[in-house]
Amino acid sequence: MSTQTLEHLAAEQKAASEGTLKMSARDVNVFYGQKQAINKVSIDVTQENVTAFIGPSGCGKSTFLRTLNRMNDTVASARVEGRIMLDGEDIYASSMDVVQLRARVGMVFQKPNPFPKSIYENVAYGPRIHGLASGRVEMDQIVEKSLKRAGLWDEVKDRLSDSGTALSGGQQQRLCIARAIAVDPEVILMDEPCSALDPIATAKIEELIHELRGRFAIVIVTHNMQQAARVSQRTAFFHLGNLVEYGDTSEIFTNPREVRTKDYITGRYG
Amino acid sequence: MTLPSGLAASDIASRATDWSGETMQRRIRKRYAAERRFRLIGLSAILISAGFLAFLLFTMLGNGVRGFSQTEIRLPINFASSSLMLDPAALKGAGADAALAGADIEGATAAAADAAFGEGGARLLSDGAWLKVQDAIRSNPDILKGRGEVWVPASVELDLAAKGSGSPEAERTLAQLKTKAGVRTGFNAHFLSGSDATDPTIVGIWGALKGSLLTMGVTLLLAFPVGVLAALYLEEYAPRNRWTDLIEVSINNLAAVPSIIFGLLGLAVFLNFMHLPRSAPIVGGLTLALMTMPVIVIAGRNAIKSVPPSIRDAALGIGASRVQMVFHHVLPLALPGILTGTIIGMARALGETAPLLMIGMRAFISAAPSGFTAPATVLPVQVFLWSDEVSKGFVEKTSAAIIILLIFLLAMNGLAIYLRNKFEIRW
Repeated sequence: MSTQTLEHLAAEQKAASEGTLKMSARDVNVFYGQKQAINKVSIDVTQENVTAFIGPSGCGKSTFLRTLNRMNDTVASARVEGRIMLDGEDIYASSMDVVQLRARVGMVFQKPNPFPKSIYENVAYGPRIHGLASGRVEMDQIVEKSLKRAGLWDEVKDRLSDSGTALSGGQQQRLCIARAIAVDPEVILMDEPCSALDPIATAKIEELIHELRGRFAIVIVTHNMQQAARVSQRTAFFHLGNLVEYGDTSEIFTNPREVRTKDYITGRYG
Repeated sequence: MTLPSGLAASDIASRATDWSGETMQRRIRKRYAAERRFRLIGLSAILISAGFLAFLLFTMLGNGVRGFSQTEIRLPINFASSSLMLDPAALKGAGADAALAGADIEGATAAAADAAFGEGGARLLSDGAWLKVQDAIRSNPDILKGRGEVWVPASVELDLAAKGSGSPEAERTLAQLKTKAGVRTGFNAHFLSGSDATDPTIVGIWGALKGSLLTMGVTLLLAFPVGVLAALYLEEYAPRNRWTDLIEVSINNLAAVPSIIFGLLGLAVFLNFMHLPRSAPIVGGLTLALMTMPVIVIAGRNAIKSVPPSIRDAALGIGASRVQMVFHHVLPLALPGILTGTIIGMARALGETAPLLMIGMRAFISAAPSGFTAPATVLPVQVFLWSDEVSKGFVEKTSAAIIILLIFLLAMNGLAIYLRNKFEIRW
């Protein structure tokens, strides 16, 4: 057995001890043209835990997040090396259908971006293009279930035909989460989902993340270290494209192994 | 805080800005004067352009409204004693047209005019007066058995005299006619239903209008889908490299090429190489489509570019394919902008004359085109042709044609505004 395979096995065993392995990245490099944005990052994402990516601006945490559902494919100059596995399948393999991958690995963006359509249509769009509902009744059920899971149902149930863009910022973001979970993904990636929201809306989203935990594997990028401490069980600290430290959130925040991590979470820079 | 040596704190205080001093007041007055001046210049610019527009509309309407009316004379005809060898029974069956075509109605009409108004009476009538007589016979063949009266269009001179701009001689004749026979001036329905003719009293705009409609139809059907798809491909699919840069520069240049060049291109490609029929709406439409397409591509690309990238992310993020992203989200959001660009391009094509002259759409065509390949002319070319005529009667017809062209244009712009509002998605 080669050393690489051994390492791989060891990593898998380590991950298994902490939760069921959902996604794993091995030696991932990302380039934008000549510039290297991510340098040899290896990380495991587990089913039961919320994984937070923290780090100063421009450290590559969003870039890395976007490689997990191949959203970087839309950037012409972006190039990804290494292996990223979803349930043991290489997502950059030619046999992987990128459209299906993005349905399995959903995404919530920094700025709430509902479609300028009705609330109902926003949620129903995903299930419709993937053919998940066989009729109007079933679609209604999916929409209701998704909005309920996103904690938005009670606020919008009487105005499903109103435009999604007419909602408040926090409601829009929860609508986007409802839209993402409507296609029943396995993993949800959240790219600073609260950075455009006020504290109350942020608290609601965080509460929602708690409720969704376990049902979906969740990866969240955040600038806000308190938020990472509140919502996540595992935290990865990125700096200048490198993964500096990755471990249990409690460990990272109370007893970081690396000086850089310590400096960052104590507010020395960032 | 320590100050540099030789500079006391009081020095700085004394140099504090005096906001209410004379210098400052002068500055304020100057600023106000500049604002007033700019407002005045802007206002006068608007007034000058509005004045020109008002002048144009006033003269157009003044001349053009008269183009929609026509003077007619009551012509008594004694069909029983005329030279017409027509059997009323023959005009009731299927052979009516053939029978009418064989009869010398033109001669009979002239003879009747001479008889009624004296020697030279035929010259008081329009060259097309006999057509009215023919219509009267067709609608009521029994008229042939005895005497009848038909309202026929008057000659150009009399028509102008009736509208107050004829020669003194014509006005005298008109006054005599009024007492002798009967003269009336009314709405000229034939102008809206007829086609080009040599006599201004019997010309119509329908031929040119239909030609314009057919030509615009071809242009829209070709330029819109091709232009929009090209814009979508260039914005959403094409890689950014030297080739797409080259294509972009070419399209931008194409939009600025003088229209007569497109006419030459149409002549060389569609007529000489592809041997399509000359003067036909299909060739005109193809030529104008070449001219309109770059405008649609440019407007379309701008509209597509202004769709927020977050919408694309949102669609791709829940697993929409690129085609689904483009057609479900990007295109609907870009559509109002694309439509605006399309209408601007189409309006330009509607008013275009030069390229159509090159492909033979300036021919004299006395019948409305029956289809896309029939010889036709278009509204602006018709205006050009009539404005070139010698006969004085064509002046008001030219203005009337311009009014029709402007109404057509306004209708198109109205449609554009309606469609844009209909498809506009409010955020």
